[in-house]
Order: sequence, then structure tokens, then C-alpha cells
Amino acid sequence: MTKEGLFLDGVTIALEGRVLVSLTCRVAPGEVLTVMGPSGAGKSSLLAYLGGFLEPAFTARGRALVDGVEITALPAEERHVGILFQDPLLFPHMSVAGNLMFALPESVKGRAERMRHAEAALAGVEMAGMGDRDPATLSGGQKARVALARVLVSEPRMLLLDEPFSKLDMELRQQMRMLVFSKARESGLPVLLVTHDEADAKAAGGEIVRIGE
Amino acid sequence: MLTRLGPLVTILLLTGPIAFGLAGTVLPAFGFLPVLGGMELTLQHVHALLSQPAILTSAAISLAAGLVTALFSLGVVVLFVAGWAGTQLFGRVQHLVSPLLSLPHAAAAFALAFLIAPSGMAARLISPALTGWERPPDLLVVHDPMGLSMMAGLIVKEIPFLLLMTLAALPQVRLKETRTLAASMGYGRVAGFLLGVWPAVYRQIRLPVFAVIAFATSVVDVAVILGPTRPAPLAVRLVEWMNDPDLSMRYLASAGALLQLTVTAVALGLWMGLERIGRFLCIVGVEKGVRLRRDALLRGAALLAMGLAAGAVFAGLATLALWSFAGLWQFPDALPASFTLKSWMRAMPRIASPLYTTLLAGLLATLIAGLLAILCLMREEETGRRPRRALMLLYLPLLVPQVAFVFGLQLFLIYADLLATLPALVLAHLVFVMPYAYLSLKDPWHAFDRRYNQVAAGFGKGRWRRLALVRLPMMTRAVLTMGAIGFAVSVGLYLPTVLVGAGRLTTITSEAVALASGGDRRIIGVYAFWQMLLPMLGFGVATLLPALIFRRFRGMQV
Amino acid sequence: MLTRIVAATLFALAAISAHAEDVHPSDWQEVLEEARGQTVYFNAWGGAENINAYIEWAAGELEKRYGVRLVHVKLEDTANAVATVVAEKAASRDTGGSVDLVWINGENFAAMKQRELLFSPGWADALPNWRYVDHENKPTILTDFTIPVEGMASPWGMAKLVFFHDSARMDENALPRDADGLLEWAKAHPGRFSYPQPPDFIGSSFLKQVLLEKVEDPSVLQEPVVEETFEDVVEPLFAYLDALHPVAWRSGRIFPQNYPAMKQLLADGELDIIFAFNPSEASSAIANGELPGTVRSFTFPGGTLANTHFVAIPYNASAKAGALVTANFLISPEAQAKKQDPAVWGDPTVLALNKLDEEARARFEAIELGVATLAPDELGPALPEPHPSWMERLEEEWKRRYTAEN
Repeated sequence: MTKEGLFLDGVTIALEGRVLVSLTCRVAPGEVLTVMGPSGAGKSSLLAYLGGFLEPAFTARGRALVDGVEITALPAEERHVGILFQDPLLFPHMSVAGNLMFALPESVKGRAERMRHAEAALAGVEMAGMGDRDPATLSGGQKARVALARVLVSEPRMLLLDEPFSKLDMELRQQMRMLVFSKARESGLPVLLVTHDEADAKAAGGEIVRIGE
Repeated sequence: MLTRLGPLVTILLLTGPIAFGLAGTVLPAFGFLPVLGGMELTLQHVHALLSQPAILTSAAISLAAGLVTALFSLGVVVLFVAGWAGTQLFGRVQHLVSPLLSLPHAAAAFALAFLIAPSGMAARLISPALTGWERPPDLLVVHDPMGLSMMAGLIVKEIPFLLLMTLAALPQVRLKETRTLAASMGYGRVAGFLLGVWPAVYRQIRLPVFAVIAFATSVVDVAVILGPTRPAPLAVRLVEWMNDPDLSMRYLASAGALLQLTVTAVALGLWMGLERIGRFLCIVGVEKGVRLRRDALLRGAALLAMGLAAGAVFAGLATLALWSFAGLWQFPDALPASFTLKSWMRAMPRIASPLYTTLLAGLLATLIAGLLAILCLMREEETGRRPRRALMLLYLPLLVPQVAFVFGLQLFLIYADLLATLPALVLAHLVFVMPYAYLSLKDPWHAFDRRYNQVAAGFGKGRWRRLALVRLPMMTRAVLTMGAIGFAVSVGLYLPTVLVGAGRLTTITSEAVALASGGDRRIIGVYAFWQMLLPMLGFGVATLLPALIFRRFRGMQV
Repeated sequence: MLTRIVAATLFALAAISAHAEDVHPSDWQEVLEEARGQTVYFNAWGGAENINAYIEWAAGELEKRYGVRLVHVKLEDTANAVATVVAEKAASRDTGGSVDLVWINGENFAAMKQRELLFSPGWADALPNWRYVDHENKPTILTDFTIPVEGMASPWGMAKLVFFHDSARMDENALPRDADGLLEWAKAHPGRFSYPQPPDFIGSSFLKQVLLEKVEDPSVLQEPVVEETFEDVVEPLFAYLDALHPVAWRSGRIFPQNYPAMKQLLADGELDIIFAFNPSEASSAIANGELPGTVRSFTFPGGTLANTHFVAIPYNASAKAGALVTANFLISPEAQAKKQDPAVWGDPTVLALNKLDEEARARFEAIELGVATLAPDELGPALPEPHPSWMERLEEEWKRRYTAEN
């Protein structure tokens, strides 16, 4: 499979006839496209569109391809689009390792093998040995890292980031930015970041698109 | 598509039995009942109905019961919420009253009867010391001709219902802010609430209030236990005619059912008139700036009424429990001369079968209703529509008097040879469980953070796996609470059970009410105890099970 | 050709249904075999716990001995079971009916017999245990409310109107000796007497008792009601009631719903005199702790109403064989003796003790009748029940006059 990255091909999202987003661009593997704009500008609808969760009230045209696969033609669960929200959204009814094993692709067979994968992913975000923990007992930074490990272990085609750092305090925020972007680069994932924090955009280092202005 | 099926089946389920039932009830009223050879349309049965002794008195009692019950219980709830919402005491009373919601109407009626009868607990406690009564006074309290004790029995049950409905509506208004604002303008708590918050809240609970009116105008079980007998309320006489061995009485019963529909409609119409008056008074109040600063008396009265209503039921239930263990217990002794397990031992073998039917019908109806409710809610999310008119439909089984359509439904079931079968009983219960299942699941369902779904979809999980592995487990408590509510509704159903079960499928409630006329307080005590216990068990499971399953996960505790 | 096929099919169907009707107690062995595994829906009034408990016991024995499953369908009113059968007949459900056995007498029996809703021809006198039944000395076993039974119902128990009072509260010498005496007593003790609201069976029986005493010519009551003279015949009864109600319990504004409700009112001390159709009812209630031990019985020297109650099988019953086995078991000496025990139910037997063998007779003689039960020779004369049409018309008239308060 060729790594071509993300290609937004004339993506246009409208609400009741009013165009919110109209975008054509490429994001290379490991690169970050930052979308900025005031709230209500349609940033979240763009993410929802790519994730396959656009509300029926919106209408969308165009298509999105990742590595040549037209993901917008697929149902949400076959797109393999990893999402990080501003909340870690760990499943509260599973242990930390359970959260990771839930995300692991089915191609990884056998409980022991899946466990090993989960432990390795945790170690990758400096959370080694925390698999047994109840997510509710983790600190904010730990939760964010588990969420990152979880999305990476699911082997996504690309990453969508919905203001993922906005709820962290200053110091943590810087750490997480570094961690997320370096992991994305390592895995060669195209990233689409939605934010209204200029510092996020700067840290991402990629192209910046402003909408709704 | 399975989710598309959800709303469709639900709508069929809600409208089908009601439409067929009404047709089966109304057509014979005009002489159309082919099995009995009735093919000609005639008004003769309506005339026959009107020449029944005291039929208009019966109708008037039913009408009054509907309006008085709604007015009184709503009044107590409004004043209580107005006067006390936000206080510590409010929370405590709310906790006290909530369990009463799950209590079957019949059990509450028994409780009240055991308390207020001339030979009841209340008279025993103060006799002979305060009253000098060595024997029960010859006072007409229970079964009084005006139906006051029947209305009281309904009110003590409807207060918890309307209170919880109001509480559910409160978060949608800015109670605290409005209250502070009103207080700063010098309004008393009650006036501030009534003028500032109430109109918005009332809009939310209007349908439940209508349901109360429809129920109270056509109630049978409470009326049998507490209501007047000379004449009885309309619905009770209807059921008598329906069961008359003389088949031609079915025409009369049908004409009566038509009258019942009219009575309920008139009651609702009059209520809408009262709504106008209320709105007018509100406007006048606002324009005049009625501040009612000294509302302590009003608040006190509301609290007293609330406490009295709940306290009476609890005291009555305690009395029932006591009777079930009583040996000889003569007036005016406050306690039985001896205690015995005899009543329990005599009743238990015979309770087994109705208990089994109660559990089976309740669980099946609740399960199906729950599944349908989930499908409907999923469909709503898919289409992004929150159908308002469908909500009206949900209330349909609660707004059409049961006696007016279940009777017709019974005829169809006889035709289909399905009378007194479990599927028919479950179907009949489902009609009434469905609205509550949907309404109780709706808010928690919408409150679920749907980003969890998006996260899971990103991991390649399809919608059913997302439902089974993420949403339902995370909503365990809400789903089980819905189940407990649905089950409680099913346990409490009397008329649908009697008419569809036809005496061969009986539940705890239908058996208990059948005993009401028998007057053996000990055995009634045993049955009422079970009536009280079953819904409580449901809520116990809904509380304890999630805590047990997810004991390792703090995020799943409330 | 086609018509011949249809005719043949119909004939075959007729043969099958004829065969289904074939059970008859004359071939008892076959009845027993067919009954095994059947479920019998016994429609019987379910308002009294001691009776329910007795039926429960019978169900256990039937299951154990004959493999018959007896299910007690508890009725508020026997008319409901009649209604079910009537409805089924109207819907042409001539087999597989939902009622297999019904506890019945009086107007319900008359109605079912007249509408041909009963399993016929007569079968009761062919039951094996019929040989113990005292039909010679108990004429109400053969004629129910003036209607010949003709074996279409099997006797179950005997009933006689008996009054109860609490001797701790009432002087034995002040007890009324007839209906007029009762009215006088009620006037002297307002609020302490009442009767179950007709059409309750016991309440209607009270109306008949008073009518039998007050009517000018009792023989008219043995014939069906003649509308033209009805008003005149019942005039003394309603004059009596008009006088009674103002001094009755709750001033006659409401009435107890049935006998058990009256029993509770006697226990509570609200009523001083109540009545039942079962002479040992008071003793049973004392044994159950429902009435104080000081309650005693009395009857009117001039006689009180008496009758027999039966079990009958609807024409379309699903489990006729099982129903026959049940009816036969209910008149077995063992079941009858247990039923007569006041600690169980206290319902008098329909059997003749002199027809029983030693052991069975000993069973009856060992029964402790209880302090409140009158000996058979103290029960006084039995007044025959009027024709069922009287009950119906009396109930109607009562309803017309007293449904609403004036």
C-alpha cells in the first residue's frame, strides 16, 4: 500500500444551504493540517464528516481519501479514523488494558498476544504496568496518554484531533503536544488538527487553514 | 433495517390495540355485533344505558374523581415544589415519596382502607383513650357515596407521580436564577415560583396531568377497594355489565364504554378550561405584582399535605403487613392479640402461580418494551429528528380510558382464540409498559456522550457492537431503572390483566383486588405485601446490580 | 364429486367430535385413563380463604391419585363463568372450552341448564361415589331451586341459612326468632345489623328468607315469577327493607359486599348479628382466629332457607374426563369428611352416613363440630328455595329501588 496521506477533494459542508467549510488539500503522512476558526465555524462538522458522524441536518459534497482509499464512501466503522477529543473518553467500564484491547484490531489473535500488545503500547506512553488500573483513578495527564496509546494501538489510517489539549494545564499541554505529534510522525499518520489555540498550530508545524472568517 | 422497524412496531403496538379495541367497544354500542346477530345500527342501547338506575350519578362521580384528583394532587405538588425546592428538606421528602411511585394503585388503596376505616389503624390508635370508642363508630368513611375516600386513594398515588414528573421537568428551567431574581424583586418563594417558573414547567408535565385525569375518571381497582357502591363509579359498573352472563348486556356495556369515553373527554375539556383560568390568574398576578411575601402558612400546608399523603400510605402498608401476621385482632386493640404465620402459610401455595405469571408477563413486556424503546431512540439519532407528535402517541394508552378499549380488545382476542394466553397478556401489558419504558430511557439516552460512539467507531466497531459493548454497559443503571419502572407498571396493571387473563392467567394484583370484596384482611395483607415487594425488588436490582458488576470501576458508580 | 368429499369430511369430523363427547362415567376405567394428564379449570368463587385452601388440597390429591391437574379459577361471581361459556357458545367454540368444571347452583344452574350449556345427558348419578349420596333424605340434591337436576350437576355440599352473634356482647334471650323479631331487634340496636348488597348470593338469600316469611301465599314462589302479580307479592318484603335500612349499619347507605366482609365486621364489633349459608362457618372462623371464641349460632324456629351446591361440567369443556374424576373425588367420603371439618371448611356433607362403611363413618364421627356449630337437630326446619326467577327479579327490583341513595 502506498503511503499517500490524506486528500480532501472538494469537501464542502453546508447547513441549511449555508456553506460552512469548503476545502481541497493534501496532508502527507506524518504531517499535520491545522484547521482554525471561531466556534460555530464548522470545525467540528468537518471532523464529524471525516469520522462518519455528520448530523443529518448537514449536507456534504466532495470526498476524502486516505492512502488512495475513499473513506467517505465507507461506513464509520470501516474508515479506521482515530479520534482524540478534548476529553480522554476512556471507557469507564473497562480497565486501562481493557480499553486498549478493545481498540486493538481483530487481526491480533489470542488473549496473551493482545495483552502483550496493550502492555507495549502503554509502555510507549510511559504508562508501563498500569494496565490493571481503573481509568477513573488516573490523573488527567495519565488519562490523556492512555487515550493516545489507545488510538495508536487501533492502527488508524489517520488521526483527527479535536482540540485535544485544551483541557490540560500549561505544562502538560506542552508535553502532550510533543508526544502526540511525535507519535503521529513515527507512525506516518496524516493528522487533521482542529483548534483555536495558536500555540497548538505552531507546535504542529504544518499548514494552517482558517475557516469561518 | 432493524432500527427503522423500531418506531414502526412501536406505533403499531400503541395504536393497533387501541384502534381495534375502541372499534370493538364502540360498534356494539350502536348495535353492531355480528356474533350476537347485531347487524343494524340503532340507538336503542344508548337509551337502555340512560335508563339504568342512577347512571348519571355514576358518571358524575367519575367526572368529579378525575378533576378533584388532578386538581388536588397537582396543587399539593406545585405548592410543595414552589415552597421547598432547593432545600434540604425537599431532598428528604423526595426520597421518601419516590418509592411510592412504584407501588401498585391497588396496594396503596388497600393501605389507605386499612388505615382510615372506622375499625382501621387510625381509629384503633386513638381508641378508646381519646374517643371513648369501645366499638368502631358507625361512620361512613370507606365506600362513601361521594367517593371522597376513593379520591384520597388516587391522590396519594398521583402525588408521587406528578412530583417526579415535575422534578424531571425542573432542570429545563433556570430554577435557581429565576428564584433569586424573583426574590430580589421582593416576591415570596411560592409567588416567585408560580409566576416565574411554573408556566414553563407545566407545559412539560401537561400530558402526565392529562393521564392522571384519564386514569382517575375510569379507575376500577381503587374504586372497588375504596369507592362508592350505591351507585358505583361508571367504570366499575361497566366491568360488571361486561361480565354479566346475559350476553345482551354487552351492548349495554359498550354503550357504557362510550359514556366513559365521553366522561373522560369532558373531564379533559373542563381541565383545559381550568388551565385557562389558571393562566388568567397568573397574568393577573404578574400584572398586579402579587408578591405573597408571607407565604409561610401556604408552604407549611403544602409540606403537611405532602407528608400526610406519604405518611398515610406508609402507615397503611405497615398495618397491612401487621394484619398478614395477625391472629385474632379485635377493636380497639392497636396490636393483634397473637401473631401467627398461618395466613402466609395458607396463602403461599396459592400465590405461586399468580406470582409466576406476574414475573413472566412483567419481565417479557419490559424486555420487549425496552428493546423497542432502544430501537426508537437509535432511529431518532439516525434521522436527527425528535418527533413531537410521536410523543403524543406514546401517551395514547394513558389518555384513552383502559376500560373503553381493553373490552373491545377482549372480543378480538376471543375471536383469535388468544384470550387468556401469555402472548395476549404480554401484549396487553406491553401497551401500557411501552410509554413508561420510552419516557424513562429517553433522557439518559440523549444524555449519553456520543463521542464515545465515535471513538469506538474509529476502532472499527460496528453499530451493534458499539451498542452492546459501549453504550449499554455504560448505561446499565439507566437501562435497569427503565426495566424496574416497566416491571412496576406491569405488576400494577389490574383491568388489562382481568379482561385479557380472563381469570385463567392471574397476577398478584388481579388476585389481590379479587380478594378485596372478600374482606379477609390477613390474606389481603399477604397479597398487598407481595404487590409492594415486587416493584421494590426491581428497583433493588436496578441499584445493586450495576454497583456489583462494576464494583471495580469508580467511574461507573453514581 | 366435490360435494361428496365435503360430505365425507364433515362426516369424519362429526365422528371425531362424537367420539370426543364419548366419555361417560358408566365406563369409569376409560374415564380414569383419559383423565390422566388433563388440566381441569375449576371455576369457583374465590372470596373465602378456607375454601380456596380446601380446593388447593383437593388439587394436590387429584394430581397424586389420578394425574389430574386441577386449577382453581377464582371468580368474584359465578355468573362470570356462565358468561364465559355463553360467549364461547356464541362464538361457536363448541369444543375446547375454557371452563371445565364450575361451582354452581340456583339461577346460574337454571340459566346453564335452560340454555343447554351443560354436559348432558346426566352423569352425576352414574359416578362411582354416587352410591354414598343421601338423595333420599336431602331433596335439594335432586331439585335445585325447583329445577330438576337430572344428573347434570354433582352435589358438593349442603347449605342452610344460620345466624351468628357474639355471646359476649349479646344476651342469648334477646335473640330474634323470625324476620319480624330481627327488625324489632335492629330498631332497638341501630347500626348493628346489615346484609350483603344484592346481587351477592348471601344478600339475595336474605331477601328470599324475608320474602318466604312475609309472603301471603308461599306456594307462588315455587312457580316462576308472574309479572302481573310480582309487585303485590314482593310488597311486604320491600316494606320490611324500607323499615330496616334506616336502622341498619351505616344507616343502610352502604352494605357489606359479601359474607366474609360481614364476618370481619362482626369481628371488629361493628355488627352484632350476621348470617351465613354454612352452619359451621362460625366455628371455622373461630378456629382460624377470625372470630372471637364467644361467637354462637342460632336459627329461626319457623325455619330458614336451605339448598345444595353443586359442581357442573359445561357442554364444551376441554377436560370432561378430568372434570368427572374431580366431581367423583369431591363426593368421596374422605373429601367430604375433610370438607365438613370446621378447621378446614365446615361445609356439611351431601353423603348419608348410614351408607358408608365403618371406617368412613368413623371419620365423620371424629369431626369436632366446634362450639359455635348447632347440632343437626337444632338447625330447625328447612325452607325450600323459590324458583330462580324470583332471585333474578328480586335482585333487579332491589337494584331499581336502592342502587342510588335517595
